[in-house]
Amino acid sequence: MIVGDRKPLEEILESIKDFKKILLLGCGGCVTICFSGGEKAAGLLASQISIARKDAGNPIEIDEATPTRVCEHEFIDELKDKIDSVDAVLSLSCGVGVQTLAEQYEDKIIIPALNTTFMGYPVEHAVWEERCAGCGDCVLGWTGGLCPISRCAKKLLNGPCGGSVDGVCEVDSEKECIWHSIYDRLKRIGKLENLEKVRDPKDWRTSTNAGQRKSEFKEAQL
Amino acid sequence: MKSDSKLEKVLSEGKFGVTCELGPPQHADPDNISKKAEHLKGNADAVNITDNQTAIVRMSSIAASKLAIDAGLEPVAQMVCRDRNRIAMQSDILGAAALGIKNILLLSGDHQTFGNHPEASNVYDLDSINLIQMVKNMRDEKIFQSGDPIKEHEPRMFIGAVENPFADPFEFRVARLAKKANAGADFIQTQCIFDMNRFKEWMKMVVDRGIHERLYILAGITPVRSHKALVYMNKNVAGITVPEELIKRMEDADEPKEEGVKVAIEQIQEIQAIEGVAGLHLMPIGWESITSVIMEKTGLLPRP
Repeated sequence: MIVGDRKPLEEILESIKDFKKILLLGCGGCVTICFSGGEKAAGLLASQISIARKDAGNPIEIDEATPTRVCEHEFIDELKDKIDSVDAVLSLSCGVGVQTLAEQYEDKIIIPALNTTFMGYPVEHAVWEERCAGCGDCVLGWTGGLCPISRCAKKLLNGPCGGSVDGVCEVDSEKECIWHSIYDRLKRIGKLENLEKVRDPKDWRTSTNAGQRKSEFKEAQL
Repeated sequence: MKSDSKLEKVLSEGKFGVTCELGPPQHADPDNISKKAEHLKGNADAVNITDNQTAIVRMSSIAASKLAIDAGLEPVAQMVCRDRNRIAMQSDILGAAALGIKNILLLSGDHQTFGNHPEASNVYDLDSINLIQMVKNMRDEKIFQSGDPIKEHEPRMFIGAVENPFADPFEFRVARLAKKANAGADFIQTQCIFDMNRFKEWMKMVVDRGIHERLYILAGITPVRSHKALVYMNKNVAGITVPEELIKRMEDADEPKEEGVKVAIEQIQEIQAIEGVAGLHLMPIGWESITSVIMEKTGLLPRP
């Protein structure tokens, strides 16, 4: 899932300071699951903004909505009347949702209230960790299912660097050395030979290095 | 004077400056640079040494610049944002200054998909405007990007940048030039000019905003040997437009090479008459040997 952190309130207030009436959007998708951008988060943010603006002697009118997903046109079509009637839309969706809004409502100011951070999963209640960098050429098949692209600070392909000690990363003693974990995992499943081969340099064209990517599923196209 | 650059001296004295280009080889022979330098010596105030242009691996621009100095040229070392992060960039700036390089041209760089390592990861830690600002701060504020002081021997570079008056959005190209001036560029070399009317229109906007008084603008001229080169560039190079009349003139010429020289000389005379143009950047791509012929005929020799 996509994980995001709500932006600091001060930054949000600054970004909407010129507006008198906004639509505050939550998103019912990924960011509801990570608590930062769902209906509840939207309600809380609306209250915080209202209080801050009232205290500053510059009250603001806030309309709220939380579509199933902001990142699909069919779910934001129905917001047209609400969007037409406000100065700007403040969205707690991820960056994909913000851009879906900007592309569909070309004349409207759309402002993000969330920093989209990574693709990951909850390792414990209300704690998420990154697991995938979306590099477009998955290596998990030979790394024992643990990703060195998203989880190694150097994105190494041929095992741990010289800074790996006791399973801990040299960059941050709170972080595991994922290559140490890959080693342990491959040992456990009897596949240590996967680490013997010199892995070729990665072809980064499938990642973000060649610009925007596109994915098509021909069989399902109308 | 911001640097010890001869190019800066020429431009600051109000003389019409001339730069040209030398592309390092795809091998490690140092004599390649000295041989190419022979065509250029005495014909320009400074010579750009390109940095892995079109993303094809070549001898390092800084190493080749040092060889160019040894061969009697004043180099303008180019540095692109594609291959280095801010640590490597600053390290290379210090190294370049230590080797006696006094001019540096800072640009984004051609994307690696155009070159011979399309699978490479790019860097773009800084963009060209960030990079200009960083090199200016190293020189004028004596600080690294981090804010740490450069305690002595700060690198004193004459800072160049590029602009393409033929890219879009057209009006923003003037705003972008102003941003480069604000960031600290001392001189600008433009993309090759074939569409002279559009260049004049752009220069008028530049002059209206007074940007020509804040940096020196060197207009890019590329002599061509045949109409095919023009057709190719028009079709395949993003941000180059070639008027149909010019293509036709080259196509109809009995002696295309001579016509190409004639066209270049006319273009050089034309840019000299445009308000705000401080010099010429001559780029005879793959035809370096014509440099002296053209320079002779323009009356821009001898160089100061």
